[in-house]
Amino acid sequence: MIELHNVHKAFGSNKVLRGVTLSIPRGSSLVIIGGSGTGKSVALKCILGLIEPDSGTITVDGKDVHQGDRDEFLARFGMLFQGGALFDSLPVWQNVAFRLLRGSLKRPKAQAREIAIEKLRRVGLKPETADLFPAELSGGMQKRVGLARAIAADPEIIFFDEPTTGLDPIMAGVINDLIREIVTEMGATAMTITHDMSSVRAIADNVAMLHDGVIKWTGPVAGMDNSGDPYLDQFIHGRATGPIEAVR
Amino acid sequence: MSLTAPLAALGRTVLSALALIGRVALYALATVSHLFRPPFYGREFLHALVQIGWLSLPVVGLTALFTGGALALQIYAGGSRFNAESVVPSIVAIGMARELGPVLGGLMVAARVASSIAAEIGTMKVTEQIDALVTLSTHPMKYLTLPRVLAATLAVPVLVAVGDSIGIMGGYLVGITRLEFNAAAYLKNTADFLELWDVVSGLIKGAVFGFIVATMGCFYGMQSGRGAQGVGRATKSAVVAASVLILAANYILTELFFSA
Repeated sequence: MIELHNVHKAFGSNKVLRGVTLSIPRGSSLVIIGGSGTGKSVALKCILGLIEPDSGTITVDGKDVHQGDRDEFLARFGMLFQGGALFDSLPVWQNVAFRLLRGSLKRPKAQAREIAIEKLRRVGLKPETADLFPAELSGGMQKRVGLARAIAADPEIIFFDEPTTGLDPIMAGVINDLIREIVTEMGATAMTITHDMSSVRAIADNVAMLHDGVIKWTGPVAGMDNSGDPYLDQFIHGRATGPIEAVR
Repeated sequence: MSLTAPLAALGRTVLSALALIGRVALYALATVSHLFRPPFYGREFLHALVQIGWLSLPVVGLTALFTGGALALQIYAGGSRFNAESVVPSIVAIGMARELGPVLGGLMVAARVASSIAAEIGTMKVTEQIDALVTLSTHPMKYLTLPRVLAATLAVPVLVAVGDSIGIMGGYLVGITRLEFNAAAYLKNTADFLELWDVVSGLIKGAVFGFIVATMGCFYGMQSGRGAQGVGRATKSAVVAASVLILAANYILTELFFSA
């Protein structure tokens, strides 16, 4: 269970999070939606400890994320970054097996490579891809490699940051399906941030809408279309008029 | 405009400069402290050693060759004013070993390496690769900074030693071909007057300059702002800071080593 309670974060005078309270039950898939610059990525990075909140508490299974052994804590997570964030200097298989080649999860190189190729296969990439470098891959392939890296160490919790940004609708659909399948198959807790409503419907068990630094609405994905919340309605229907100012 | 506005602006500039010095010092200390705490990424260290040391050899060698030759011509021209042409071999050797080898070598490495480190790490930062490292339980300072700083600190003295030799050879070639020195006498003169401390002091300077170059490259790369402009600014700042610090450190070290 991941829990955020009254989390605040400001960058200078820009108050990004103004009291976010949210809980994600173990094994469920939560998608956070909201406009650009509303603090979705900041919330996610606060959970991972990449950004320290100004106030409020964030716990994973009851333990504060900023206390205890960081390596042990991070070993429970996998993350797919918006742009893939693959390491340019390493071939694909070493990107995927990065965590398996060093640190507490280190194992023999041959075994790590075998696991990497298996994970690449799981996301629909051929073994030949393993020895290519990230610059030689298309955007869709880079996302798949990022996804393979996120699941390489069989994490309990997986974060997806804008998983379909920059992809064509078909490739976006493929990535959405892969995420749903993998999360279900691994029984992992998933948290996704996106603007893409097709991703929301494909990936989410629950949805939370972040606006003005607070959670405006949260509930099951099935309740999204009849929520009666004007912010959520405007966002999911992409209306220019409504309580959310179109020009921010 | 208030009369105190210029003073306030000056104060802000001084305070931000002091804050920057403090951040750089803390960063350098943190880097050194990681040297004594595992894990150590040997593969990244060897890669950095090749990038910083081996691949800088051509530029450092050529710089030293031409500098040694020009130095011989200048000392000959200057020395001839008071019949001291014979000091060319010893001054070329001492000048290269104590000053020109380490300083010019350091500056060439700063131009080549600080820029490349800052651009690489800056790009990694803006493309979230640094965040990815953290989520993969890898400390960016251990994985990116320490191998580069250690490699530069060890490689630059070797580059300086090679540069010294090539620079002295440049002076020798000019001496025997253009200034009509006897080859054997030139070499004997060089060997007779060059002391071990001349060479060792230059190598120590090289190690300090290597540390400065890599630390500045990593520091400004990690501080890089968003986008191409942010990376460009980080790269420029790294080269400027490394160059200025090399010249400042050179003066301080020269005072320490050679002042009476």
